[in-house]
Amino acid sequence: MAEFDRSKIRNFCIIAHIDHGKSTLADRIIEKTGLLTSREMQAQVLDNMDLERERGITIKAQTVRTVYKAKNGEEYVFNLIDTPGHVDFNYEVSRSLAACEGAVLVVDAAQGIEAQTLANVYLALDHNLEIMPVLNKIDLPSADPERVMNEIEDVIGLEAHDAPRISAKSGLNVDEVLEQIIEKIPAPGGDARNPLQALIFDSVYDPYKGVIIFCRIMEGSISTETRIRMMATGAEADVVEIGTFGPGKFLPCNELSAGMVGYITASLKNVKETQVGDTVTDARRPAPEALEGYKQVHPMVYCGMYPADGAKYPDLRDALEKLQLNDAALQFEPETSIALGFGFRCGFLGLLHLEIIQERLEREYDLDLVTTAPSVIYHVYKTDGTMLEVTNPSNLPDPSEIEHMEEPIVGAEIMVTTEFVGAIMKLCQERRGVYLGMEYMEETRALLKYDLPLNEIIYDFFDALKSRSKGYASFDYDLKGYQVSELVKLDILINREEVDALSFIVHAETAYERGRRMCERLKDEIPRQLFEIPIQAAIGSKIIARETVKAMRKDVLAKCYGGDITRKKKLLEKQKEGKKRMRQVGNVEIPQKAFMSVLKLDNED
Amino acid sequence: MELYLHIPFCVRKCKYCDFLSFPMENETMGAYGNALLRDVKKASAQYSEEKITSIFFGGGTPSLLPAEAIPTLLSSIRDGFVLTNDCEVTVECNPGTLTEEKLQAFYAAGVNRISMGVQSADDGELRTLGRIHTFAEAVENFHLARKVGFDNISVDVMMALPGQTPASYKETLERIIALAPEHISAYDLIVEEGTCFYDWYEREPEAFPTEECSCEMYRMTQRELTKAGYEQYEISNYAKPGRRSRHNYGYWSNVPYLGLGLGASSYIGNRRFRNTDDLKQYLQGNLYIEDTILSERDMQEEFFILGLRRREGITEDAFVKRFSADTYSVYEKVLCEKEKQGLVEKTKGGYRLSEEGILLSNTVFVALMDAEKENKEKM
Repeated sequence: MAEFDRSKIRNFCIIAHIDHGKSTLADRIIEKTGLLTSREMQAQVLDNMDLERERGITIKAQTVRTVYKAKNGEEYVFNLIDTPGHVDFNYEVSRSLAACEGAVLVVDAAQGIEAQTLANVYLALDHNLEIMPVLNKIDLPSADPERVMNEIEDVIGLEAHDAPRISAKSGLNVDEVLEQIIEKIPAPGGDARNPLQALIFDSVYDPYKGVIIFCRIMEGSISTETRIRMMATGAEADVVEIGTFGPGKFLPCNELSAGMVGYITASLKNVKETQVGDTVTDARRPAPEALEGYKQVHPMVYCGMYPADGAKYPDLRDALEKLQLNDAALQFEPETSIALGFGFRCGFLGLLHLEIIQERLEREYDLDLVTTAPSVIYHVYKTDGTMLEVTNPSNLPDPSEIEHMEEPIVGAEIMVTTEFVGAIMKLCQERRGVYLGMEYMEETRALLKYDLPLNEIIYDFFDALKSRSKGYASFDYDLKGYQVSELVKLDILINREEVDALSFIVHAETAYERGRRMCERLKDEIPRQLFEIPIQAAIGSKIIARETVKAMRKDVLAKCYGGDITRKKKLLEKQKEGKKRMRQVGNVEIPQKAFMSVLKLDNED
Repeated sequence: MELYLHIPFCVRKCKYCDFLSFPMENETMGAYGNALLRDVKKASAQYSEEKITSIFFGGGTPSLLPAEAIPTLLSSIRDGFVLTNDCEVTVECNPGTLTEEKLQAFYAAGVNRISMGVQSADDGELRTLGRIHTFAEAVENFHLARKVGFDNISVDVMMALPGQTPASYKETLERIIALAPEHISAYDLIVEEGTCFYDWYEREPEAFPTEECSCEMYRMTQRELTKAGYEQYEISNYAKPGRRSRHNYGYWSNVPYLGLGLGASSYIGNRRFRNTDDLKQYLQGNLYIEDTILSERDMQEEFFILGLRRREGITEDAFVKRFSADTYSVYEKVLCEKEKQGLVEKTKGGYRLSEEGILLSNTVFVALMDAEKENKEKM
């Protein structure tokens, strides 16, 4: 395989806005290049986590190597690197792009360009990729390929009149895509005789093989004899196996050389040692410098995760450790809450990353979790001149010790049809957005630019955006920096006791409104108990809102005779189970979902 | 041992009812009677050692059966089983299905207690419930039973009905008291899944009385009936002195019972089992669908959940006799805690629900079931 002519290799990725058909096109390409018959294909071969299939998004980068016999009679090797499809994973996306020479840009012929389409295109242009537009879903009645073609030319400035017009779903015109890949996307460069430089674009942990590094050989070559070194982390190991990717399986080989995409295993135990973006080199003949673009990713969003059943704390720790083997961006450290007991403060790249980890913990590890309100990293400047990074509201120093605070700000781009511009601008204003400008894509669509505080978008901004635009708005953001802000800690008191897990940091102007809505929501969520329960929101010692859960007066089974006993006991069992999902705070029982329900407070009126 | 015979037939289904009952043609009724006779014979062979302390014909509407059906069943029971001298024999009757002839046949056959579903003195409320009778008809039936000679009659009433007010309920209570039955069962309406009322409640919960209002009615029941000389001996049951329902009291006091008929439940030894509720299967003689062997813990839980329903509560002696003193202390810890909350009170030899605890009894039961869990962890 090593002797394969480099000019017959095409390394490319597919980029698209969510739902525009990226994974479906990838499936068709794999199918058309003969690796799998359609009967063997499960829909969307590349998205192989259950969660990815269900959500229709790609979370981990996936890669497949196929051989395509072109119309000119030659055989070409296609390395298709499927990239994660969400803003949370922008850095991973950028490393995947760096491993390619070209990108197939899939645009929905009905919906046209969306915020993520643009974000991905800019990212691809940053890496000097050849971008090859494709119009998908042309079989939809609402498809308007002419309009979308013009949009691509006007907005992105890409030549699009010969863009293949396809239906990835039915396979229509996919052959044309394959031919254009050969024609338009350049063959890889590099020289097999140079010292080894391989770009890590992903790594996964396998219980049998240890860490599996996914990489693109930029320069030099690697064999099973090589001792490798990660240039950023310094980790070294002897290669155990190298190879290329078949769909759903690994194909071992003896050598990978410049231009090729493949995998390396080397009995490494932790993905922390093989970080995405790092350069693999030959420890005996190292490259003079690493490839450009490596950076360590840092979490942007934090929350507390607690096992619903306190006894499951060690299980949660084990599960987080296992997930971390595969996910270098996930961070966690133990913390304790008066209300929730022992748990972990976890750091994530964004809210989707948080949700994914939460769902995987619940599904794959069968854990029942209580998560606290997500928080960003606040910079707290103290009167003694020191600065403190706070991710947990409980760790906020006494107000008298705080000189001022700063919060992270993101630059957001929101694409929306013009009829909803007003509603979305109102939403951004409610979320303390600073309007930067608006560009019309065409008559009916506009790109809104705002600076938004990150803490305003990590709760329910995305949901609110979707509901207020009837699903038409799309959204992308980038961290811009920190800004001084008037922030306060809002506490919730239940039966006059502060519940630490419900505290959060909020802007002074929105504190009253948020406190009021949280009290209302908690009133609905907390079941009646033997006594009346006041629910209060407070800033420091000042109560700003109050609701009351009335005392329960009646909880009795009127009838219980011979034929009822088994059934009535089941009712009581159920009640007991329900009680288990409650958290005892002082002498009040709070259902676990109450801790989460307060996160979704957007009320559109 | 107690004997229960289920008669799953009604003229029509009431709107709140989720019991096993349905309207029925005469032929099927006949076939059903024969199937019951078949099971009485079979059971009498199997349980020939047991003395029968009470017999209860429940439903459905047993009084819907032809006049001779219950006497025939009773004589077959007498043939196969030994009945105690004071054996209580109850037939559940619904106004609108009773005739003097039927009542006389019951009386002659040795039925000594009638349980009558009167439910309300307000005809509007009776219509809402889907009952087939007016209050006047119920009163007439009641007097008819007295005339025939029944000196032990129980009356069912219902509270917390949609449209019912404390005033209308008070009138119901007064008019029932005026009839002077020996026993009154006063039930809170339970909105059960699968009933008309359930759909109604989903649609229009505000049509039903509030928690506060139903509490008021419950307390009114206690007050008015106690004043009229009835003793409350269970959460929903009141009796003149010496007139408790022996049969029902057995359910809460660990007395074994054998249920015959469609969907009937039994409790014998450490087993709870239940007949099929598929009529066709039942008629063919395929009886059992559910069979549970109770664990020691199940039985302890039931000791409390059932025993505490009785106004007199439970005693330590009774528990220790069946189980052990060590485990009692585990439950006692919970009872003490509930005593502090005012839901339970100490009696001479044990505990009972407090006045306030009656209406919050599930809270107490669930805590006791949880105590068992701690117990398990200890073991």
